[in-house]
Amino acid sequence: MADDDIFDRLTTCTVEVLQVKPESVTQDANLADDLGASSLIQVELVMAVEEEFGISVPDESVEDIRTVGDLHRLILSLVA
Amino acid sequence: MNAAADGARRVAVTGIGVVSACGTGPEAFWDGLFRTPPDGHRELTDWDPSPWMDVREARHTDRFTQFAVAAAEMAHRDAGLAEVDAERSGVVVATALAGVGTFERQSVIHHERGGRRVSPFLVPMMMANAAAATVAMRRGWRGPCESLETACAAATHAIGHAARMIADGTCDRVLAGGTEAAVTPTIVAGFTNMRALSPSGRTRPFDAERDGFAIAEGAAVLVLEEWDTAVARGATIHGEVLGSGSTSDAHDITMPAPTGADAARCIRLALRDAGVHPGDVRQINAHGTGTQRNDEAETNAILSVFEDCPPVTSTKGATGHAFGAGGALEAVAVLLSMRHALIPPTIGLTTPDPALAVDVVTGGGRKWEPGPSLTQSFGFGGHNGVLVLGPAR
Repeated sequence: MADDDIFDRLTTCTVEVLQVKPESVTQDANLADDLGASSLIQVELVMAVEEEFGISVPDESVEDIRTVGDLHRLILSLVA
Repeated sequence: MNAAADGARRVAVTGIGVVSACGTGPEAFWDGLFRTPPDGHRELTDWDPSPWMDVREARHTDRFTQFAVAAAEMAHRDAGLAEVDAERSGVVVATALAGVGTFERQSVIHHERGGRRVSPFLVPMMMANAAAATVAMRRGWRGPCESLETACAAATHAIGHAARMIADGTCDRVLAGGTEAAVTPTIVAGFTNMRALSPSGRTRPFDAERDGFAIAEGAAVLVLEEWDTAVARGATIHGEVLGSGSTSDAHDITMPAPTGADAARCIRLALRDAGVHPGDVRQINAHGTGTQRNDEAETNAILSVFEDCPPVTSTKGATGHAFGAGGALEAVAVLLSMRHALIPPTIGLTTPDPALAVDVVTGGGRKWEPGPSLTQSFGFGGHNGVLVLGPAR
């Protein structure tokens, strides 16, 4: 799976769950500060990502997610 | 509250908001009270929350909260409230079945896909206080924010409780009403199996052929305001909450006590609270669900209080039965009947039941000189609630 393909699918999840514009979903975008996602919405996003990629994100990893890029790297490590 | 007798503060109604298949907005709702609805449940089939909340908020609120926010915002605009003391401003929003739609959808997900797929928003979406909390957050009002769940009496109790908080000085204004969004497959099946629903999908209050009710969804919210404050700011006053009563049958979890004795006591307590003599009551907006037992017990209650029966109407024939929103929809109907000097008819009634000897308003309604009026609500569990409303004067 190419990195770009994964980022595109992550973007689709993020747009759907956070109700934001696709162009705002960048590697550096902070989920809370830039995209306005509350902690529960971030949980919802992680659940959507788990469903999309067929992965299980360990609870301890969730706490380290701040940006879209953090989530992207986590997905890459889990789908490998 | 009997303001004249005990020095309690008077309670004005200065805002009306209503969301209903019968009509959204007070005037559309009023027009709907005179029309025979299509058979079946009264759903807001083309409901769109976007005028009232952004898509992100809408995704994380159940319909019962969306309806309440819409009705509350409508009432707030109608009242023309500008800057208020937020700490003196309260919210009381009733519901009977709260976020059952959300719970039902998430239960299916749990069953089909497992616990890890259940939404983290399930609990804050389904909890019964979500509507009241969301209304308070929207307005930033930080006085008491409460929800009340006494089944189909809930909105009547909510308005009574809110009025009391103004009368006793706890609040200067309260958004008060009820909301319901319970036309879900499982809830409909439950009501069907308990034989409460009309097989024909027609609510026919006080009719000899009555066979139950059609379910409605929707919300109604009033702005209640301390009288002198409302007058001082030049608000349009739609009416006054004169008093309220609350009793329990302590009899059965669904059936009303057949004699209606505690419903009658509730009416008497409300009238005493309002300082209104039974002979001065000009209209009763009945609970009138069109079930055999409600209409019998309610008739017994009315006839045991009133020597001369005031005009009785049930607007549920037009609105359907909105459970925890019903009492608020009916309070709106009474307030609008004062504005229009016309008591709306009991839609659905074609063959009066001779066993129910109350003076039921039919046809095109009845002209009246607005005066003290009752709204009556009785809930599963034996909860009785009565409001005494009066015209602005």
